[in-house]
Amino acid sequence: MKRFELLVLGSLAAAAVAACGGGAKPEPPAPQANADSAAAERARQDSIERARQEELARQREEAERVARQRAADSLAALGHTSEAVKTLLATMIHFEFDKSNVKPEDIGVLDQKVAILQANPNLRIRIAGNCDERGSDEYNLALGNRRAIAAKQYLVSHGVDAGRAETASYGKERPLDPGHNEEAWAKNRNDQFEIVSGGDALKQP
Amino acid sequence: MKAVRRLGGWAVSGAVMLLTAYPPNRLSAQDTSAIDRGVRIGIVYRPGVRPGVVVLPGRAPALDSVRAIVARDLDYSDRFELITLPSGDSIRVATAAPAAAARSGAGGAGGPGGGAAAASLNYPLYQALGADFAVAITTAPPDTTVVTVHDVTAGGVRREFRARLPALKDAGFRLAAHRFSDQVLEATLGVAGVAATRVLLVRDGKVYSVDQDGADVQLVSSSDHQAMSPAWAPDGRRFAYMEFWQGHGRLFVQDVATGKRAAVATTGQALDFTPAFAPDGKTLAFSRATEEGTDIYTINVKDGCCLQRLTVGRFSDNLSPTYGPDGQRVAFVSTRAGAPQVYVMAADGTDQQLFAPFDYGVTGASYAPDWSPDGQSVAFHRDVGGTYQVFVLDVRARSVRQLTSVGRNEDPTWAPDSRHMAFVSDRAGYRQLWIVDVETGRIRLLLPHSGARLPAWSPRLAETTASTP
Repeated sequence: MKRFELLVLGSLAAAAVAACGGGAKPEPPAPQANADSAAAERARQDSIERARQEELARQREEAERVARQRAADSLAALGHTSEAVKTLLATMIHFEFDKSNVKPEDIGVLDQKVAILQANPNLRIRIAGNCDERGSDEYNLALGNRRAIAAKQYLVSHGVDAGRAETASYGKERPLDPGHNEEAWAKNRNDQFEIVSGGDALKQP
Repeated sequence: MKAVRRLGGWAVSGAVMLLTAYPPNRLSAQDTSAIDRGVRIGIVYRPGVRPGVVVLPGRAPALDSVRAIVARDLDYSDRFELITLPSGDSIRVATAAPAAAARSGAGGAGGPGGGAAAASLNYPLYQALGADFAVAITTAPPDTTVVTVHDVTAGGVRREFRARLPALKDAGFRLAAHRFSDQVLEATLGVAGVAATRVLLVRDGKVYSVDQDGADVQLVSSSDHQAMSPAWAPDGRRFAYMEFWQGHGRLFVQDVATGKRAAVATTGQALDFTPAFAPDGKTLAFSRATEEGTDIYTINVKDGCCLQRLTVGRFSDNLSPTYGPDGQRVAFVSTRAGAPQVYVMAADGTDQQLFAPFDYGVTGASYAPDWSPDGQSVAFHRDVGGTYQVFVLDVRARSVRQLTSVGRNEDPTWAPDSRHMAFVSDRAGYRQLWIVDVETGRIRLLLPHSGARLPAWSPRLAETTASTP
């Protein structure tokens, strides 16, 4: 009789437990643990993916930055070349007082211009002759013209197409140095070489 | 007594001229600068021999500026001894003078009626002061200005002029006053003056004009382009000049009155410079610098046509043309013999020959000729020992004489009387414009501004250009 009661009690208890469990509907611990781990896994995967993406982006950016840098570097280098060529091209030649013949020491300067003009077939220049303040105002226009012609004739006789260099003269109207001494005068007796067109990216000869 | 003194004076002057000057008629003076008054060579400057003139003070103060302008013009004509009276005292002297019996008003100077009615003057007094002529400037109602020229020696009125002067601030006022001066000169000595003229000049790359007495400086070029070489048309209503455009020289002809300008046809493709009008007023000669060198061309500016090349100098430069007054010949600068010298050719470019003689290899380079309006002389500047001096070529004798000696002197331009000349000189330390009377050698400063250059003296300016603002 006592054993029966125990069984009943046991079964009741079991029923109670069963009833209790079914009635309260608590989250089953196992399924709960399973969902958490999936989410974590997903998050882990996500973060790995994110990190990978970030890493890729970083690499891409770095690559882009390097590429940009390289491009910039090479542009700068190109510009630098162009600037250097421009500077070379702008180098003046100088004359004796009331003279328009090219001095022997300026032959090298003109040879450089020949080379630059030949390396840059689209380049056109203007040669402007200038004089010091000592000569007559109006005669100096003719003298400056002679000086420009002298340089142009040199260029043409060394293979430059005559149409690529025009001549001009400012006489003594545009002195580089406003001084009134031989140093200033020597500076002001010159041919100046300006770019008319085709001077955007000059190639080194 | 007077006649004897006069006679003596002329005799002495004749002797002086014979001794010191060749040719004896004109251009007989050397440069006499006040700065270098220690050295005078061959001067025929004889104060006291020239007739004396006095501009009478008057009661109408509104006319003081007219009196001042006229008095200065008469002085600058270099043909008179100007007798100046301290204004207040002289009026008292005039009114207190006992001799003039038929006196009316203050010595005739302030009489309201003006002109002949108030013309009687204390002639003995002014004669005693050394005046041969007296000029009274008065008003006649309502607004007419009357200029009375008294012949003091003869004791009567020589001539009277009337004009309605523009308002003091009006652009034409000064020219109208200058015109009175020229009328006085004509009435007294029978010669044409240069009071009513202006001088064009270049300063800081702009063209300005200034009255010949140095007043009324006006900017006349209108663009930002650097300008050079102004040159008057013979009518005095237009002028030509050059501007730099992208390394080229473009020529313009501008109307004085309106300021409107037109580019000269075919110019601007090369370096065109030193324009010079022919006496016909429509032919413009100029220099064109190309890759063949510099040569002289002419073009018809009236019709914008007919470009003609006068010189062909592949290995020499030809520039700075200047026409003789008959338009038949052109003097110019050429480097055909090496250093630039002055040559002459027919107006069509033929018969080119040396004009101003020079010793090859000895005489300095010569530049910037300007043919005098009377045709007798060509002024130019020449290198003398590393600096420039103004020379004058006697066209008939083909002889050359040096006019200046103080400092660096260049770019001479003749006044219409072929007696005065404006030029650039650094005699006072920096480049300014000066005027010399080649007969007396008297020199005066035209403009105190430094850096003024390339002067061009106008012809006598017609009435109509005066009153247009």
